[in-house]
Amino acid sequence: MKHYDALVIGAGPAGVAAALYLARFGMRLAMAEKLAPGGLLLQTFEIENYPGFPQGVKGYELADSLAAHLEPYDNITRIHDEITEFIVEGDSKRLLAGGEWISASAVIIASGVQYRKLGLPNEEKLLGRGISHCALCDGNFFKDQPVAVVGGGNSAVEETLHLAKIVSHVHLIHRRDEFRAAPLYLSRLKALPNVSLRSSTVITSLHGEQQLEGLTLKDLHKGTEEFLSLNGLFIFVGFEPAAPVLPPDLKRDRGGFIETDTEMRTNLPGVFAAGDIRSKLCRQVVTAVGDGATAANSAYTYLEQQHG
Amino acid sequence: MANAVTDGDFDSLVLRSSIPVLVDFWAPWCGPCRALGPVIDELSGEYEGKVSIVKMNVDENPSTPGKYAIRAIPTMILFKNGQVVEQMTGALSKGSLKDILDKKALA
Repeated sequence: MKHYDALVIGAGPAGVAAALYLARFGMRLAMAEKLAPGGLLLQTFEIENYPGFPQGVKGYELADSLAAHLEPYDNITRIHDEITEFIVEGDSKRLLAGGEWISASAVIIASGVQYRKLGLPNEEKLLGRGISHCALCDGNFFKDQPVAVVGGGNSAVEETLHLAKIVSHVHLIHRRDEFRAAPLYLSRLKALPNVSLRSSTVITSLHGEQQLEGLTLKDLHKGTEEFLSLNGLFIFVGFEPAAPVLPPDLKRDRGGFIETDTEMRTNLPGVFAAGDIRSKLCRQVVTAVGDGATAANSAYTYLEQQHG
Repeated sequence: MANAVTDGDFDSLVLRSSIPVLVDFWAPWCGPCRALGPVIDELSGEYEGKVSIVKMNVDENPSTPGKYAIRAIPTMILFKNGQVVEQMTGALSKGSLKDILDKKALA
């Protein structure tokens, strides 16, 4: 069984920052990522709030830069697969990665989040057949057609702003009375003639067999229902943990996110968490990178004490 | 590396192929497609001779994606003897794609 000083799970901003710091500490480490480096950055069109990029930076450009930053370090082994077992027995951590068992003295979990679903019948079946979680990817398939976006946070509003440039009309559906998105985004949104805001409204059913053909909407104040005929629905109703198999004793919050202290230590010695998978309020690239560096520092301190 | 197919050679390389074909419909500006790219390239080597794994750029080839009603990318379609056997959307892990190839393409 191959042994590493540390294993980093996930190669989004948090995982890359953690790996970079560990590599520079001279650790022998492995990094497991089932897809290409970048994580959710790869689904983000433009990042306007990452310090040091006054003109903004495209998500995939930042993802490529993160990957390039790790290239010079030959003490990083890349595992291009999923973690399917994760066993903690005292100080020993054993993991199954792509059918091969490995062990590590410290593990940093930075597996991030994935888009939450509405939980309606037909939703899974219509994904890719009218339902999407990526306006940047799929907006062009609905050029000059009406579409709906559901959600009330920054993601929903950012994606609506992007779609409004391509499609004929966007119905932005949100279950609450007020949108949570940043005021800067909301004022941009309200200036657009082809966006209608449908607050206090929920989707109660999705219609269509081979393709999405329409939605039933319910007005929560009036209790009335209506049918909206369209072929495109973009869902941005928050995130859920993109957790690989995790040890059962690992402390997590009610949403399944991993609880840590300010040094990214979990309740299990030698197991750390960083980035969006962590139980916290501010999920941003800039906080993920900070978490990654902190977790690496804590892992290094832990390893020094172990070998002490 | 997975080879590219076009609207022009789709019929000969995919529909009339003697072995199963997995087509990855993608575009350069699509992040999840970029995430999936290395997985597709690795699998094309691992399944060489057993399953032909190819890519089609939807920007340069509008006709085939329209024919298969593709409304999201990345979408992967598995063809066997010219027939659609499986259609999947989104960046899947290597393990789950291998599962599908082993069960649906090689069985």
